[in-house]
Amino acid sequence: MLKMPEADPQTLKKRASIAAALRHIVPGEGVIETRTEMSVYESDGLTAYRQLPLVVVLPQTTAEVAKVLRYAFENKIKVVPRGAGTSLSGGALPLADGIVLGLSKFNRVLEIDYDNRCAVVQPGVTNLAITQAVQHKGFYYAPDPSSQIACTIGGNVAENSGGVHCLKYGLTANNILGLEMVLISGEVIRLGGKHLDSDGLDLLGVLTGSEGLLGVITEVTVRLLQKPETARVILVGFPTNEDAGNCVADIISAGIIPGGMEMMDKPAIHAVEEFVHADYPLDVEALLIIELDGPAIEVDHLIEEVSAIARKNKCSTSRVSTSEAERLLFWAGRKAAFPAVGRISPDYFCMDGTIPRKRLSEVLTGMAELSKKHGLRVANVFHAGDGNLHPLILYDANAGDELARAEEFGADILRLCVKVGGVLTGEHGVGIEKRDLMPVMFTEADLAQQQRLKCAFDDRGLLNPGKVFPTLHACAELGRMHVKAGKLPFPEIPRF
Amino acid sequence: MTPTFKPQTIQELADYVALGGRLEVLGSGTKRALGRLLQPETAIDMSGFTGISLYEPEELVLEAGAGTPLSVIEKALAKNHQQLAFEPPDYSKLLGGKHKGTLGGLMACGLSGPRRIKAGAARDHILGIAGVSGRGEIFKAGGRVVKNVTGFDVAKLMVGSYGTLAALTSITVKVLPAAATQETLVFSGLSDAKAIQAMSLAMQSACDVSGAAHLPGTPSQTLFRLEGIQPSVVYRRQKLASHLKIFGASDHLDEKDSLSEWKAIRDVERLSADDARFVWKLSLTPSKAAETVARISKQLDIQYFYDWAGGLVWLGVPRSNQAYAYIIRNCLEDGHATLFRAEDDVRERIEVFQPQLPALSALTKRVKTSFDPNGVFNHGRMYKDI
Repeated sequence: MLKMPEADPQTLKKRASIAAALRHIVPGEGVIETRTEMSVYESDGLTAYRQLPLVVVLPQTTAEVAKVLRYAFENKIKVVPRGAGTSLSGGALPLADGIVLGLSKFNRVLEIDYDNRCAVVQPGVTNLAITQAVQHKGFYYAPDPSSQIACTIGGNVAENSGGVHCLKYGLTANNILGLEMVLISGEVIRLGGKHLDSDGLDLLGVLTGSEGLLGVITEVTVRLLQKPETARVILVGFPTNEDAGNCVADIISAGIIPGGMEMMDKPAIHAVEEFVHADYPLDVEALLIIELDGPAIEVDHLIEEVSAIARKNKCSTSRVSTSEAERLLFWAGRKAAFPAVGRISPDYFCMDGTIPRKRLSEVLTGMAELSKKHGLRVANVFHAGDGNLHPLILYDANAGDELARAEEFGADILRLCVKVGGVLTGEHGVGIEKRDLMPVMFTEADLAQQQRLKCAFDDRGLLNPGKVFPTLHACAELGRMHVKAGKLPFPEIPRF
Repeated sequence: MTPTFKPQTIQELADYVALGGRLEVLGSGTKRALGRLLQPETAIDMSGFTGISLYEPEELVLEAGAGTPLSVIEKALAKNHQQLAFEPPDYSKLLGGKHKGTLGGLMACGLSGPRRIKAGAARDHILGIAGVSGRGEIFKAGGRVVKNVTGFDVAKLMVGSYGTLAALTSITVKVLPAAATQETLVFSGLSDAKAIQAMSLAMQSACDVSGAAHLPGTPSQTLFRLEGIQPSVVYRRQKLASHLKIFGASDHLDEKDSLSEWKAIRDVERLSADDARFVWKLSLTPSKAAETVARISKQLDIQYFYDWAGGLVWLGVPRSNQAYAYIIRNCLEDGHATLFRAEDDVRERIEVFQPQLPALSALTKRVKTSFDPNGVFNHGRMYKDI
């Protein structure tokens, strides 16, 4: 299990007075301090880790957020921002001596501006609610993480969330225009707006994916897109993972960027088929779900091209959706992959590495070997278009050391991803889950530079400490530190 | 002449930077006229970091030395029918350079062309960087895959930082397939206000417009670019014409004319020829563009045109001591105005980039310090001391 920073006994002792002070800022039900009520907040989507917070505060206005943060800043109390708590990497895991600052009351769509193709929303609005607010006019918000029913746009910004359509339509970072955020000092800052290209340094880009370490987001301006006229899905089965991987590479080489291109391996196909009966072929090793969107004339053309490429790569089955209902059915299987795997195993970890696509079959082979080594099963779903792998490691937390083995297995998979030129996380974030693996990808100098950037926003290290970075450094220490050839002079410094 | 140092390796660069001083990071110098005026002690010539180190078309990724000429990169991409989708502009006519410049210069200035409305900006296509911080430390950020949220997005922060944070040696970008063909739908004689409405409606349609510009004149022209495979382009062009028929009859440009028209728009050729004028770049809420320009034109003799469906206004103003910064920024309800072309002494006198509110300005300064505590790189290029 990963360690979290030691709780400060002084802060723990002052719990009652901290709660009282917060009540002055956010009156009524906005402060939660009983154990039973706080238990709702004790974990996020990474359920293997649980911790009751010091106290939970649910402000309703930017001014309240600013006051809460200012109070925490002056009294040196840690703060963990939280949206819907769907993070799969433990980004919203509370700290025993930290305030959980929940944004759930920021749940209004403030403005929809079709003329400028954007909407201004509060951070607690769910991802899907944005699309629902504009779909009657044919618009949608493009990033669509699997948790879109529940996850909030504020959380999406904090994690730079993706989804199945991001190869063509981009991640959160590519789909927001402006932000209002509050620094730990209580200062309110606006970045960007309805115009393209925010002025000055691209702090909008830095905030996106900063995992709650830099500021608390209180408003987001998102881009809206018009839905494509048509979308059709082609479902293609292959006798080997390698053939499927080659097919993906050939499609891209042919200049085709599908709206979505997903892959599932055999264990995932079987788990899903038993669960949702999407009529997936069971006698294939790999299945590709390829969505092509645009005007019908273009989609028909591309379906033919993709079919030909699939045949060239020895596909064994191929079906094209003939109706919207069938298209949704083809997707239903993929979208239910996580719960489907949840049915066949008491617990599972969802990993999230990205690799250069062409190394796929090598990585899958390596994963099969690791599966044997750790004695645990793994099923794979894969955003094939952009190389983002989601291995699902199946384990039983109540069975001996399976949790520890599952964590080791996961770490081995991510090391493998980095070794072939990939990264530790494609869309779930580092959080605590991959925190201690950061040195696999980055040198001390790389990490020190990122931490100095953190200091520019939060020099007391109060916002979401213990996440993302394996070593806590005081900002003053980072200022003095010189990293020679990527290594610190004292490599033996303690890691927590 | 500023003395020049040309490092051959990243370690040489790091060692030199560690000595301190005031350094100008220099690619091929084509964008030297952008930003506030610098007074460096030494220019670092980055041309030692040249060449494409990795290009995998099927992975949509390219990595090159920051000093690599864009022409080299675009040639390599064209061979595989790929492109930098944000349409890097060539401001050599506008700014008086000899060619299009380097990858590093392009990314440092964060410049994007007309396709920005559909494909995103330069910052949306950067995947990773390596370089040297102002502390003389070698560091990297990002990666070589398109989907990556490992750590802060420091690579994105480098785009548009005008070399004030680090000297980049290597840059990895996402590349995309180039469209098979293109056509442009043209409406003539629309007023600015009508054109802004037409562009907004076009962008709200499912026609997948990849360029929307309005060129005032007699008659004015409002242009919509459609790219893709031939049957889809023709279909969408016809559909858009019918969607916008309340704006009158339309005509269209075939592929060849469309290509040259959009190149001229991309490179701001309309305002390049008249050297007598200073040039401003305004980024603003698209629907407010026409009224903003009308307010400015009441007070100033201007030449201008709209790109990005109105979200970008290029403005030529007569020469003056202050480049009319006060009037222009005062007419802007939101967004920002950048003085893009002016004499050195003017760039010394007024804020080239839109001044920021105190809290943001202080944060920007702290971010600069986190990379470059002693103000070694391009000191003062963006704002005072930044």
